[in-house]
Amino acid sequence: MSDRKKEYRAGILDGVPIGLGYLAVSFTFGIMAADAGLTVLQATILSLTNLTSAGQFAGLGVIQAGASFAEMALTELIINLRYCLMSCSLSQKLARNMPFFHRFFMAYGVTDEIFGVSVCREGILSPWYSYGLISAAVPGWTFGTLLGAVSGSILPQRLLSALGVALYGMFLAVILPPARKNKILMGIILVSMGASLLFSMLPVVSGISSGFKIIILTVLIAGGAAFLFPVKEETENE
Amino acid sequence: MSNVFGYIAVMALVTYLIRMVPLVLLKKEITNTWVKSFLYYVPYVTLAVMTFPAILEATDSPASGAAALAAAVILAYRGKSLIQVAAAACAVVFVLELFLVR
Repeated sequence: MSDRKKEYRAGILDGVPIGLGYLAVSFTFGIMAADAGLTVLQATILSLTNLTSAGQFAGLGVIQAGASFAEMALTELIINLRYCLMSCSLSQKLARNMPFFHRFFMAYGVTDEIFGVSVCREGILSPWYSYGLISAAVPGWTFGTLLGAVSGSILPQRLLSALGVALYGMFLAVILPPARKNKILMGIILVSMGASLLFSMLPVVSGISSGFKIIILTVLIAGGAAFLFPVKEETENE
Repeated sequence: MSNVFGYIAVMALVTYLIRMVPLVLLKKEITNTWVKSFLYYVPYVTLAVMTFPAILEATDSPASGAAALAAAVILAYRGKSLIQVAAAACAVVFVLELFLVR
């Protein structure tokens, strides 16, 4: 089997849980989009072209409010700015001799989950691995939206509630294993969670949108950690 | 509501550009140690911030969310795969809510 095929298959396998988690979340999105007055086609195309949870939920609010396109652009910019950091990080894992056009296609699939799984893969990141992840994740996201928009609340609430934690379980499965061997990483994860909790409780800052909160905390904590605990070459390539 | 597709186009364009521009512009390897370290830490901070405390509010009862968190932490720490951890977290919520939520 060629390397491409191997990478693509590995990507699909690792992408299945992402796709399943997406199915649950996008189902909820589909229901909300239908409630907001979008047609099934509109909701489905929205999910296929945007592939982002927080940005889409916020976008629905903007559409409902009948706000201007400029306001929509600004909302999406703020909420999704974290992808900019992720793309910077991802760019460092690509082979120098990788054909340039891959970057345009890989960019489509920079989501929290796909990024989290890609960046934690050892060594150089193959675009074919990313395409595998995308191939498994995008149908889940798009199809889930379609189902939600068509069927409304056909799934029992019990099941939806349970599926709601799938993505968080995945996040933990991405960040915790490397932290087992690395006390600094563990500390950073705990500090991040603590700060996130504080942010959701304190007056004033708790009103900040979730996308903006992620940006602020990421810049502060990752920035501070990079200053206090600069990463050496060896740990980087572990 | 007639220009829903207009809104969708704006959303898709902005979101794609945010993802694409850094990937296309950053062709060289970054040598600055601080920037490298910063980018290395980004996913851990981002995913941790997104997970907690949001997981407690993702279900119908905070207690089942907390139980899912505990189960996922234990399994993830033991190095179980993505799908195993995610499925276990869902299963814990489902079973607990049979008792917790009427």
